[in-house]
Amino acid sequence: MNLSLILQMAADAEPERVGLVCDGTRWTYAALMRAARGAATNIKASGCTHVALLDESSEASAIALFGAAIAGVPYVPLNYRLADADLAGLLGRIAPAYIIGDVERVQRLNSEGGHTVLPRAEFVAKAEKAAPMEEEEEGEGVAVQLFTSGTTAAPKAALLRHANLLSYILGTVEFASASPEEGAVVSVPPYHIAGISALLSSIYSMRRILLLPAFDPDAWLALASGERATNAFVVPTMLGRIIGRIDAGVKADLASLRAIAYGGGRMPLELIERALDLFPNAGFTNAYGLTETSSTIALLGPEEHREAHASKEPAVRARLASVGKPLPTVEIEIRDEEGRQLPAGESGEIYVRGDQVSGEYRERSALIADGWFPTRDAGYIDAEGYLFLSGRADDVIVRGGENMSPGEIEDVLMSHPAIADAAAIGVPSVEWGEAVGVAIVIRPGHSAPSDDEIRTLIKGRLRSSRVPERIAVMEALPYNEMGKLLRRELRTALST
Amino acid sequence: MKPGMKLKSAVDDAEFMVIKGSGLVVECGGAPMSDQKPAAPAAIDSSFAGGTQIGKRYVDEAGTVELLCVKAGKGSLAIGGVALNVKEAKPLPSSD
Repeated sequence: MNLSLILQMAADAEPERVGLVCDGTRWTYAALMRAARGAATNIKASGCTHVALLDESSEASAIALFGAAIAGVPYVPLNYRLADADLAGLLGRIAPAYIIGDVERVQRLNSEGGHTVLPRAEFVAKAEKAAPMEEEEEGEGVAVQLFTSGTTAAPKAALLRHANLLSYILGTVEFASASPEEGAVVSVPPYHIAGISALLSSIYSMRRILLLPAFDPDAWLALASGERATNAFVVPTMLGRIIGRIDAGVKADLASLRAIAYGGGRMPLELIERALDLFPNAGFTNAYGLTETSSTIALLGPEEHREAHASKEPAVRARLASVGKPLPTVEIEIRDEEGRQLPAGESGEIYVRGDQVSGEYRERSALIADGWFPTRDAGYIDAEGYLFLSGRADDVIVRGGENMSPGEIEDVLMSHPAIADAAAIGVPSVEWGEAVGVAIVIRPGHSAPSDDEIRTLIKGRLRSSRVPERIAVMEALPYNEMGKLLRRELRTALST
Repeated sequence: MKPGMKLKSAVDDAEFMVIKGSGLVVECGGAPMSDQKPAAPAAIDSSFAGGTQIGKRYVDEAGTVELLCVKAGKGSLAIGGVALNVKEAKPLPSSD
């Protein structure tokens, strides 16, 4: 099986339907397929071992993804925001590669790599001209290789096989299920798993991709209203910034928007409640997944969002903070540190199994017995089967043997009217080994609450062990570009 | 046949990807399919001429076989003369 099947089916079913819009240019499924087959010929002829993208999103990301798949060579979109030294390391690990994008940087950082490097426009033009490669090659079976962000050690090269990604798409998307007016704004970076799965899902459902080269809230609003977008996927930070611009008076007609999916990081309750009110006609879907699982493994659907939002029942309301139920095609279990399965309601590490789960790195497979993948995410499943995340297993605060999830403390802090953003982390404590430290950001126009006020707030809502020992007021919390909080940096800041 | 393999109709251009099932012979339009297309097309059996649709999944009653139609055709699918049926899709909300 080859991932290119997804585009080929769309091109066979409706060759002249527009499948992708980027920077005002409209690409039909047939034109994308033709370019991908031409790209495959050029990729194959280059003798490369990887196809890399070092660029923002464009039609080239779709053409390279499918072209590489046809040629049987792994596609490796690289994070163009990486510092030179880090990028140089990754370029060395994929040499010799066929690289699309920033020619100058590749030549400066890894001239000895033997890479073939083309600017985006030249890559696309050459792909359209080359003889199409008709027979797909399987190669080693790896369709996509994504480098993890690697905050502790060298980034790991996660491998997603054709079989993993196809299994995810075939298991979650009905072919050609989108009506002709449907279009989805895709604004996640091309080097993130969500950027890959957005292309695949949209093409298989035949929902037009409205591609934003790089996220910017004003550009997002202009594209969504100008193209009458019906769907969008956002990370919580993006949603917050979009709503911020609407609040600031930016005019955009979003009446056509009927489905907003989000994931990739913790969604603040306040933000999702606000979004549900602001877009009363949109269905919201919370998607939880990892790079190593080919994207989504659990989701909370539109009805569940509205039900939770409207409910007076605390247990039903709490579901807004859940990532929903496992997909029918995967199994999820919560296990303790010894690997024993835990009952409903008990917190531990999330394990997942299914055909879409790769759990494989270039260096080794992280799968354990019977194909289970330990995610290193912590969470629990409630009595109704809803999955709740409580951060990375490594983020859990252990105070005198008691495990505390940062999220519950952060939610309470965020309920304070003067607090715009908050994070809880473990800080060293002589008495407890680790104690709670919190960092808060003050809303403009408000003054910072006193330490006593914060401690009283937490004591009133949570067990006294959650009361912070250290409180720091910051200008902003450190996030990466996908909106992931860099807890490690906070820990350093609060431990000194 | 085995999962991942592409089966080609002997009566027309239809193609199917095996999602589930091994070691069985599936007929399309009454003629057995394989991974190779015959040089000359076989005649279609009029009792298996209902056609297949691209993107639909075809399953047997017992759930041992699942084929994805990747190229549509005029023949319909069966195993040992017993027709396969379209698998009902359980729509999930789009999550990406």
